[in-house]
Amino acid sequence: MFKLNNRDCEWQVGLTVKELLELKNYTYPRIVVLVNAEVIPEENYASTIIFDGDNVEAIHLMAGG
Amino acid sequence: MDLKNDQAGHKFLKEYNYDLGDLDRGYTNRTLYINVGTHEIKEKPVTPLMKDKFIGGKGFGLYYLWQAVTEKTKWNDPENEIIISSGPVGGITQYPGSGKSLVVTLSPLTNMPIDSNAGGHFGPFLKFAGFDALELQGKADQDVIIVINGNKGTITIEEAPAGAVDTHILGEQLTEKYAENEEDKRNIAVISTGSAAEHTNIGLLNFTFYDVRRKGIRLKQAGRGGIGTVFRDKRIKAVVIKFAGVKGNQNHPADQLTLNKTGIKLHKEIHDLDNVQNKMRKIGTANIIEVMDKYDLLPTHNYKFGAHKNTFKISSEVFISKVTQNYPDGCWHGCSMACAKAADHFELKTGPYKGQKVTIDGPEYENAAGLGSNCGIFDPDAILELNFYCDTYGIDTISYATLTAFVMECYENGILNKERTGGLELNFGNIEANFELIHQMAKGVGFGKIAGMGIRKMKAYFEKEFGADPKFLFDIGMEQKGLEFSEYLPKESLAQQGGYGLTNKGPQHDEAWLIFMDMVNNQIPTFEDKAEALHYYPMFRTWFGLNGLCKLPWNDIAPANNKFTDEPAKIPEHVQNYVDIFNAVTGKTIDKHELIRQSERVYNFQRIFNIRMGYGKRVHDKLPYRAMGPVTVEEYLSRQERYDQQLAEFLGYDTTGKSAEEKIKVMREYRESQYEKLTDAVYKRRGWTMDGVPMVEKLREIEMDLPELIEVVKKHV
Ligand code: SF4
Repeated sequence: MFKLNNRDCEWQVGLTVKELLELKNYTYPRIVVLVNAEVIPEENYASTIIFDGDNVEAIHLMAGG
Repeated sequence: MDLKNDQAGHKFLKEYNYDLGDLDRGYTNRTLYINVGTHEIKEKPVTPLMKDKFIGGKGFGLYYLWQAVTEKTKWNDPENEIIISSGPVGGITQYPGSGKSLVVTLSPLTNMPIDSNAGGHFGPFLKFAGFDALELQGKADQDVIIVINGNKGTITIEEAPAGAVDTHILGEQLTEKYAENEEDKRNIAVISTGSAAEHTNIGLLNFTFYDVRRKGIRLKQAGRGGIGTVFRDKRIKAVVIKFAGVKGNQNHPADQLTLNKTGIKLHKEIHDLDNVQNKMRKIGTANIIEVMDKYDLLPTHNYKFGAHKNTFKISSEVFISKVTQNYPDGCWHGCSMACAKAADHFELKTGPYKGQKVTIDGPEYENAAGLGSNCGIFDPDAILELNFYCDTYGIDTISYATLTAFVMECYENGILNKERTGGLELNFGNIEANFELIHQMAKGVGFGKIAGMGIRKMKAYFEKEFGADPKFLFDIGMEQKGLEFSEYLPKESLAQQGGYGLTNKGPQHDEAWLIFMDMVNNQIPTFEDKAEALHYYPMFRTWFGLNGLCKLPWNDIAPANNKFTDEPAKIPEHVQNYVDIFNAVTGKTIDKHELIRQSERVYNFQRIFNIRMGYGKRVHDKLPYRAMGPVTVEEYLSRQERYDQQLAEFLGYDTTGKSAEEKIKVMREYRESQYEKLTDAVYKRRGWTMDGVPMVEKLREIEMDLPELIEVVKKHV
């Protein structure tokens, strides 16, 4: 189990940030991803592995339609 | 009365000359009053109180409307006014998004003040012509045109020529008539509406500007709340303004250098980052169609669902291929965000203009979602054509789309049938019937006339005439305060329910759009967090309307380092830009806190105005249940897994063996109680009583304890 935006999320071995975003259908172009409070640059999404117990934030920067 | 022929061959009913005057630090310090019934024209001074408490734009609009009406005034009484104003920052050319006009009137849909904004050149031209606001009052006994020449200092009320009412023709004709030559056309801006505004309550105002590259007019709309209906009820056919010689320092700002520097910073940001962020320059607001679909937020079939398998047919890529120009396209000078889009040479397939090749402005996201998925239509050409007819007929696309979706659901539920609609088979997705409906509205005939009343009046009509169940109609009729919802699905975000429900004018998302912050990011989990957001964002966004500013350059682009700031959702650097440009124009020294207080004053004024008119209390902030949760079994089943899980997690409710109806009931009780708790928290944060009335102490705190406001408030606390 790990946290995604402060909600429990099922963990899988080797899950990367890129796969997580795909799994969640997070396609909005302006998302900031933080793993354990550290910002992950977009070019590292595919190589950043999420570990059991991590705290992941995927913040969608949109406050206005 | 001095009757003679003017250059355009119209009879003058009144002529008025004025001194051009000076613009100083964003203000002309003068407004213009025109009564189309008595032909009175006069100038009024802008008082220090107006500038201090109301700033400009919709603040001035609300201020004048308050003076003009009593608590008994109805939208179609002569004393109702339409006020158009830009705001002190409006008209600058250095900072993107600075050309908005704010329009205020008593709405035929809500019977309270409505405000709506439009791009185009009218607001800045009005200021450069010498006026911080234009008040239109009275009712003419024949169709009239008002012409303001901001270079010569003349104002005329003229007998309108017979003929075209629809904007794409009238706007073009008037631009042609009042321009001296091709070069002069860019100096003309026209406000008008269209034939459907005469027969419906959802009329809008079109604001033209001349597109020198296309050599034709373009349209921007003040869409919401039926302002066009009031305009035609006053028998105003158009207001034409002419101003030549726009310059970068026209506002005579206190600090031109800061204005330039702040503008350059944002231009660079847009240039460097728009392509990797929201692509506003490429496709405009339609960029989010597929995003909303992916996040289950795209209103589909009258807000029953949030996605559809055919959304790809109306995705932004499809519209990109329809938009013809290959250059960024702005609606006021200096807007490098340039989100205005248009499809040229579009051949119409229906209606009185069938076969004509026209330019269609848009589509905006709202058009594509409302006219498209919400009505079950996934044909981009049909959406574009409906968009065109909404604009030229002068009806609000959002209200039209939402009420059509409502009508379609009523049809599919047997509340309506072919007999009751005069033969229209209004199932979701029926494009032909949809076109017939809009053309009927323009003529004021058939079922189009009934639908044009708006959802609130239709609900009463269906109950009375067809014996429909009022509770079901209340649940599925997506209006609140009389205004149709805009095009986002709020039912899975409590904060957005507040963003729609706890508003001044009704469910238009321009006060607060919190769906991602709440539903996806989970950044505002508690009631207090949500209340804070429902305080800050409505106040922050109100400020745009006081200053003639467009919201889009605030958060449809963000600095590269924005993600590292303490409050990325607010885009702190842009907030500071707004403080800086306001101070640079006006010479004042506000900070970001005073910016919010400026809005709070006007926001509370508007709330008290609503109360004065008999609305604006807690009971008026209730929402139809479709906005809050699943009304029907079909809706519940479409998200069964999610809903079952929520019932177990939030209520410990065991769903095993329970019917969908039972689960809907439990879910409803829970969600309605959540909304009530949210309402309590928001009222508390805003300094209002639990009945939604601003408290005297709050008014004192924000220095808005004007005697006339205290008088209203005291009657209700
Ligand atoms: S961002 Fe778009 S709507 Fe706003 S001012 Fe610029 S062109 Fe007009």
